[in-house]
Amino acid sequence: MNCESVTREMSNYIDGDMDAVLRLELEVHLQCCRHCTVVLNQVKMTVELFCDAEPVDLPNDVRSRLYEALKNKLPAKP
Amino acid sequence: MHCATFMSEQNGKGPAGRSAGAASRLAPESPPNALTTTNPHQLPSTVAKEDEHLLVAAAKGGDLSAFNELVRRYERKIFRLTMNITRNREDAEDAMQDAFLKSYSHLKDFAGDSRFYTWLVRIAANEALMRLRKRRPNQFSLDEPIPGENEETIPQDIQDWGPSPEQRYGQSEMHEILSGVIDELEPGFRTVFVLRDVEELSTEETAKIVGISVPAVKSRLLRARLKLREKLNHYFRQGEVH
Repeated sequence: MNCESVTREMSNYIDGDMDAVLRLELEVHLQCCRHCTVVLNQVKMTVELFCDAEPVDLPNDVRSRLYEALKNKLPAKP
Repeated sequence: MHCATFMSEQNGKGPAGRSAGAASRLAPESPPNALTTTNPHQLPSTVAKEDEHLLVAAAKGGDLSAFNELVRRYERKIFRLTMNITRNREDAEDAMQDAFLKSYSHLKDFAGDSRFYTWLVRIAANEALMRLRKRRPNQFSLDEPIPGENEETIPQDIQDWGPSPEQRYGQSEMHEILSGVIDELEPGFRTVFVLRDVEELSTEETAKIVGISVPAVKSRLLRARLKLREKLNHYFRQGEVH
């Protein structure tokens, strides 16, 4: 496997959506390619940063309008 | 652990006109079945707050305070989702409001075979995408190929990020960075990334919501991840990798 193939398969590798043979080939490449290892780790970190980021609080005006809408529009029974 | 990043360890298949909302801002209607307060934090709930299933069951039976507790629990995440897809505050707010209203109206259709939150995300994503398509009908179509979508490129700008970028930036600064870089993504890439990596929908669910094939979802997710890495590289790099 070369760097191009590793890049192409990187997402599938991160998601565990890859057959065992291809996975092994990719890992063999990673052992000798610093470039692909760094990219892979940074892509993983990128996903983690977005995944772990706490959502910020709703702005007060947005929250007020949300509960006003719920108060005014929700039927008694779903 | 729940992030897509850890799926490899688990060998999982995936990471895991004006609307009612706008109208309510302009002229609130008389409440036919109004809640007694606009602040759900003060509502007494008849069920344990920690148990989503009980809250959903109570809401299905017409317990509005139970539904309000669900709203309170997920309001920030749903607003983040609709903001991430639309990148427009007014549309995001409308989409969020309508998602909550529709989820209550259709609670009887919620079978309980997935988490309530996952079901809510599907509704909110559809509401947000509808507004995105409406606002920019001539600029793009989410289900059409994106220029460069299938290009094979090897990342070139490779520099060390150091041990942990999270330690170098405060929470609000990091939030600004992440918000800024995701804002620069094409909507077709951004939507797939948000649904897959932030909301942890499956590839199949994402394909269905966006209206593209499973291979297209995978392709866009890869491009989105690579583009975001490249953009974050400008903030996090510490030195050349040798």
